[in-house]
Amino acid sequence: MGLLSDPNRRQALINLLTRLNAPICGMPVDWLVKTMQARGLEVFTQSFSRTLPFPDENTERYVVKGTNVYGILRAPRAPRTEALVLSAPCTPGDNNNQAVGLLLGLAHYFRNQVYWAKDIIFLVNEHDLIGMQAWLEGYHHTNVTGMDWSPLQGRGGSIQAALSLELSSDVVTSLDIVLEGLNGQLPNLDLANLFYAFCQKIGVLCTIQGKLQRSDWDSASGYNHAVQTMMLMVMKQASGRPWGDHGLFLRYHIEAATVKGVNSFRHYKTDATTIGRLLEGMYRKLNNLLERLHQSYFFYLLPSLSHFVSIGYYMPAFGLLAVILLLRALDLWVQLSAQPSRTEDGVAGTEQSNPGVLSVLTPLVISHLTGAALYMLPVRFQEVAVEHFPVSETEAVVLTAIAVYTAGLALPHNTHRYPDMGWRVLKLVALLYLAVLLGCTAVINFSLGFILALTLVPAAAYVTPHVPKALSAFFLVALSPACTLLFSVFFFQELQEMPVSFQDGWLLYLSVIAQGMLDHYLYGSLVFPLVALLVYPCWLLFWNILFWK
Amino acid sequence: MAELKLRARACTRLCVSVPSDTAVLSKTQVNEDFQEELVIRPLHSGDIYASFQFRTVWETDFMKGNKVSHYRLFPKSLGQVISKFSVRELHISFTQGYWRTMQWGQPFIPSPPGAELWVWFQDSVTDVDATWKELTNVLSGIFCASLNFIDSTNTLQPSASFKPLGIGNETDHRFLRYATLPREIVCTENLTPWKKLLPCGSKAGLAVLLKSEKLFHSSFHSQSVHIRPVCQDRQCKSSSWELRQALNVVFDLHTSGQSKREWSLFKMFSRTLTEACPLASSSKIYIDVTDNPQEEQFELSPATPLLSQAVVLGDRRTFSVYDLTQQVTFGTVRSLNLMIRWKSSEGDMLRPLLHAERYVTGYGLQTGEIHTLMYNNHPFRSFPVLLLDSVPWYLRLYIHTLKVISKGKDNNPSYIHYQPSKDRERPHLLEMLLQLPPHSVTEVTVQFERALLKWTEYTPDPNHGFYVGSSVISSLVPSTVAMETNITMEQPLFSSFFPCKEESSYFARVYTEPLLVNLPTPDFSMPYNVICLTCTVVAVGYGSLYNLLTRSFQVEEPNPGLAKRIANVIRRMRGVPPL
Repeated sequence: MGLLSDPNRRQALINLLTRLNAPICGMPVDWLVKTMQARGLEVFTQSFSRTLPFPDENTERYVVKGTNVYGILRAPRAPRTEALVLSAPCTPGDNNNQAVGLLLGLAHYFRNQVYWAKDIIFLVNEHDLIGMQAWLEGYHHTNVTGMDWSPLQGRGGSIQAALSLELSSDVVTSLDIVLEGLNGQLPNLDLANLFYAFCQKIGVLCTIQGKLQRSDWDSASGYNHAVQTMMLMVMKQASGRPWGDHGLFLRYHIEAATVKGVNSFRHYKTDATTIGRLLEGMYRKLNNLLERLHQSYFFYLLPSLSHFVSIGYYMPAFGLLAVILLLRALDLWVQLSAQPSRTEDGVAGTEQSNPGVLSVLTPLVISHLTGAALYMLPVRFQEVAVEHFPVSETEAVVLTAIAVYTAGLALPHNTHRYPDMGWRVLKLVALLYLAVLLGCTAVINFSLGFILALTLVPAAAYVTPHVPKALSAFFLVALSPACTLLFSVFFFQELQEMPVSFQDGWLLYLSVIAQGMLDHYLYGSLVFPLVALLVYPCWLLFWNILFWK
Repeated sequence: MAELKLRARACTRLCVSVPSDTAVLSKTQVNEDFQEELVIRPLHSGDIYASFQFRTVWETDFMKGNKVSHYRLFPKSLGQVISKFSVRELHISFTQGYWRTMQWGQPFIPSPPGAELWVWFQDSVTDVDATWKELTNVLSGIFCASLNFIDSTNTLQPSASFKPLGIGNETDHRFLRYATLPREIVCTENLTPWKKLLPCGSKAGLAVLLKSEKLFHSSFHSQSVHIRPVCQDRQCKSSSWELRQALNVVFDLHTSGQSKREWSLFKMFSRTLTEACPLASSSKIYIDVTDNPQEEQFELSPATPLLSQAVVLGDRRTFSVYDLTQQVTFGTVRSLNLMIRWKSSEGDMLRPLLHAERYVTGYGLQTGEIHTLMYNNHPFRSFPVLLLDSVPWYLRLYIHTLKVISKGKDNNPSYIHYQPSKDRERPHLLEMLLQLPPHSVTEVTVQFERALLKWTEYTPDPNHGFYVGSSVISSLVPSTVAMETNITMEQPLFSSFFPCKEESSYFARVYTEPLLVNLPTPDFSMPYNVICLTCTVVAVGYGSLYNLLTRSFQVEEPNPGLAKRIANVIRRMRGVPPL
């Protein structure tokens, strides 16, 4: 690897980086196009625009317009069938200038090499995830989220792997790899292994979830550290958000990760050249791939970069939780089928003891309608809410959601025709429903399924109309999806060693709800519809059982 | 339609033979003739395009089982192939890389990435498929290529796109076979047998430049062999056979690792020229200097007084000519090392009149959509194109979703030839004649479903994906020569009244990029194998055991005689119990 061993080239890169320290982001499209062209790439641009369903207060975005610039390095003697992507988001302000500079430096160096077998696409995307979504939709000519983008002019065939680069400051002390993508999808574990192997080889500090690896596995504190790292991954994965620009690639079956330069371990400095060597190594490895990455695991949890927990280890834990539901359901089914024999003598008795599945239709329909209202109303009624109450659009949306959620608890949606048998049938249906729901969720996004199972299964197993009402109601509300989210927010902050006060936590909670909805509308994340349309109605059924008269 | 075909053919013949201006054979005693030439075109992007052509013409008759046993310049291996398989025309190309039309313009001889083979058989061939199969296997041996992978699943019979380029008016596409192998990797082992077909081998003449270590250090490499019957003279009373070997290569400015922007024969090929091939009747080097009349773009040394003009691909080009048969060309050092020094910087991308691209859209492993985009960049003229799409059977095309849209409106093809695929037997074939409106993009989309293959049908590297060959776009593109409406230019008045000229359009063929499509692939890892194995064992064990347990054994009655059966039928009709 001869990258930047040549002093002239290193000087050129450093000049470029110093030049980039002047605030160029806010996307100097023309400059980027010219610079990339001068490096011998085929350069194309894509413009896009998107109006958010409601303003995003975190990033202060509402109507987003931008341009992506990408240059394709055509591999010699390659038929344009395969490509690799290196991307750097370019946000307004000078957050990621270093990454853009490094990307251009790498483009210049890569262009002069002969060994490329796959085209390499250097992408500078504006408005981070929104730009990335526009570019990926343009590249694959799909439109999942109703965004406006101009069609792409140049392509490089099917993308095999991608890395997104984020360097937040000039001084980088360690590199962090982010794997969690949209809907909790993860790239192939080999990508993480590749990163780890090159960090080891070059001697760069590498972290995952911002946590360094510890060598004392056997000690309690070492174990604790690993568990914390893994819990962070579980929480991040459960959120279903893309935690970096790479997250959107995973939908298209492109293995991708974000490499973040972090400035935290003061005494250990890494310069841009070293990161360049690391990326060069990774791209040469990816370039040599004959097949897509598929040999290693797609389902895993990482307690550290060098260790992983495979699906075979964590699935049984979830399975045991789900078995509780099935056993409960079996018990109820036995009870229900045993009952008619007791009241065999009377005609009225048999009629009463056969509530049938149709009798639970009313609570099912009502709770699902509530769920549908929770899904639809907040965004639809934001204008009305803003007119009548002194709140901003975002607050209106979040508060409407909370209001609908709370109102759902008050709905009278039980039927009284079969006082004794009715709740059993309803509970049987609700238990099976929950089991199927959690099972499916856990297969797609284990962390989300596991967290939901952890909170919903005790409530589901325990609740009957005959338990003490007030205490059980409190218990049930505390285990409802909304409260789970609230606890998760605090827990996540705790894990990140950034504990917050209740006041701040509440504000954070509100913004997390808004973010969750935006993720759904902007990138097609499924967590919000899953919770609103399925999990919440299912929980309402148990709430209904508790107040069965 | 018929007119278009005729014009296409006529034009093809015209354009392909340029710039070898000696179309008429010299009437010498020996009825064999060999010519070699090298065209070097400094490209717009700073790269350099070198195109070799070697042409052998032989006045002989391979047709109708005529035994030819004495070979001189014409390679015997190919001659035997022609006579044994009754081949009328054979075109084979091996290409590594994709021709970048947007940066490099049109190539002299286009070819798709991978291997392409198309053959017209003589109408005396009775079983075309069997002959084709045998021919591909023989060619596979001759060219050291995997042409033996050509079978019925990737062979096509295009009805309109590939017309014979030589003489003969048989155009029944029953005698045509066309196949591409987009996966084929071209390397030295294909170059060596190709070089052996040349009369001088790589010992003398232009062929000494063909050193594989340099040729495969380039952006694009393509070598081809074309055999066809051609006219002997203008009257075309008798025919002779033409073997044209072409090699196209593009050298990359950036990866050559030089700080000075400078090209020379030695830098490109690590050889200089010292002589022409002694067997060649003509041996020339042409340098395209059209964009460089006053040497403002590049400087050429040594200079030559010889200039030649030719209309190539609809554009009038000027070439500096170096005649290697003249000793004067080699100068005092007795070796020719052409040098081109760039002066200007790289230009922008070109806007070729016709170019195309193709890609797969969508995500997931169930369905997808193939988009083919065709650009007509002519400002005011529309022109017809013939699109040939061949898709392997494992992508099941939903032909009802076929849409052709230009400028936001449906563009109805005036001719469609569609042959649906048969699983494991033949691919989809779609041919369409479309009119591309001026200054427009025409988008052809069709959806497909990915088939689940049988587990033995997967390649050894199933996660690499499966290739879909290039689409072929054959077209009559309006000439740039005819486009010149600039009447202030100095030209005779009598030539400038009618804007249209004789060669108002030229034939061009454009290949799109091949596609790499992922199919639903089982996890061929250890657990998968274990599951397969256990399932097989359990199925066999369980099946036989179950069979034994549930089968009821009976003693079979001996077959009753014919008389008895008839008697029984009669008894049944009478209502009496049978015997």
